[in-house]
Amino acid sequence: MMDSDWRLTKRKDALQIRAAMIRAIRGFFVERNFLEVETPIRVPAPAPEAHIDAIPSDGWYLHTSPELCMKRLLAAGYPRIFQITKCFRSAERGSRHLTEFTLLEWYESGIDYLRMMEVCEDLIVSVAHDLGHEGDLTYRGRSIAMHTPWERLSVKEAFRRHASLSMEEALGQDRFDEIMVGEIEPNIGTEGPAFLYDYPAALGALARVKRTDPTVAERFELYMGGLELANAFSELTDATEQRERFEEERKSRRTSGRTTYPIPNKFLEALPAMPESSGIALGIDRLAMIFADRESIDDVVTLTAEEL
Amino acid sequence: MYSASDLRKNLKIQIDGEPYVIVDFTFSKPGKGQSLYRCKLKNMINGNQFERTYRSVDTFEPANLREKKMQYLYQEDEKYCFMDTETYEQIYLTEGQVGDAKDFLSDNLDVDILFFGEEPIGITLPNFVDLTVTVAEPWAKGDSVTGKSKPIVVETGYSLQAPPFIEEGEKIRIDTRTGEYLTRVKE
Repeated sequence: MMDSDWRLTKRKDALQIRAAMIRAIRGFFVERNFLEVETPIRVPAPAPEAHIDAIPSDGWYLHTSPELCMKRLLAAGYPRIFQITKCFRSAERGSRHLTEFTLLEWYESGIDYLRMMEVCEDLIVSVAHDLGHEGDLTYRGRSIAMHTPWERLSVKEAFRRHASLSMEEALGQDRFDEIMVGEIEPNIGTEGPAFLYDYPAALGALARVKRTDPTVAERFELYMGGLELANAFSELTDATEQRERFEEERKSRRTSGRTTYPIPNKFLEALPAMPESSGIALGIDRLAMIFADRESIDDVVTLTAEEL
Repeated sequence: MYSASDLRKNLKIQIDGEPYVIVDFTFSKPGKGQSLYRCKLKNMINGNQFERTYRSVDTFEPANLREKKMQYLYQEDEKYCFMDTETYEQIYLTEGQVGDAKDFLSDNLDVDILFFGEEPIGITLPNFVDLTVTVAEPWAKGDSVTGKSKPIVVETGYSLQAPPFIEEGEKIRIDTRTGEYLTRVKE
């Protein structure tokens, strides 16, 4: 008898939970009249973001998220759409990162990022219920209080409470990411899930700037069990501003010696027709880590790249 | 030269002329932000440790180490003895220099001994070692395919999780990089 691959065999519980979780997510959106879509994975122009690198594919690129294609659908009159798709980001690998990972992305017209937080709460509470969890969750020995509303904390306030310097100082010294990872992330959402919102405008290339405070973008991140789970915007619909932001991201990529991608012109042409909307990307693998109570992202996928 | 994306646990790099090994490694990338590579580094000569976070633009020199194939002979007090099987030259490493590798050292195992100049300072294990199981609960049949596991102990005293059908006296293969069970070995 040949032994089976034990590393794969012992993932079975986690993979069963993952499959049930994806079924529950589909059910949630179908019930709310969202259309499930599949946009191309191989694209000529990925979103030009300063710190996200795409993997080349025969002259084009594997998408880093389905954002641009889904927004073309919004512009063409699809007000409620969702997609579960594989995305690819070069050189992102760690216990919470895979270069090939699964993203749930959804968009809804007529709402902003604040309303999107509530939809997010509804989705995860509903999935937890479908998976048989009543009340609080436990992840890695720590309890996650699920009762809503979840904590909402502005990035500025998070720096005031938890960091050794202010958000403005951190940005000025190019230490925003370092402080976020080292000082803030370990201290947020320690009781239950938490939304961190209103990021510096420069850190949300596709997000709408807040009308009452143009230094920040209407963007939030959802943290749960210490994991960064989802990123959402009130979407930027001004094509001129979007083109300028893309040019800035391209400039930043060029200065840091990274590949510059073509400007996604078809997306920019469609943007003026896009209604006010909010959109969000949620990491399926990380949500599966929570529901399956696994420490490493490797334990919730069938095979990692290293195992091929 | 290594780039930041080459950083991983057990990589050996040179800083200010001295060899360091990465003993703990975390990749993080806050949403839309830059990649951060948090490393705990251990000086391979004096054992001093420090933590530092690197970014994607950082580059690293490989540690200037020489590797020599040697065979593990025996342990005496806190010394581990290895021999060059061609010249019969013997060298000793301290418990600290052997580190976690002691969990996987069985008699006559071929390993790479690291030399900084003339001085032996560390060990690199083969990726896979075969060890005999010395302690395991009997197999309760029917548990084999559910992904359940049980604790076992191997000849070096190292304990790990293995499938329920593994029994005492069997040989198993372990991945020394993760310390995890891989498969049963048929003699």
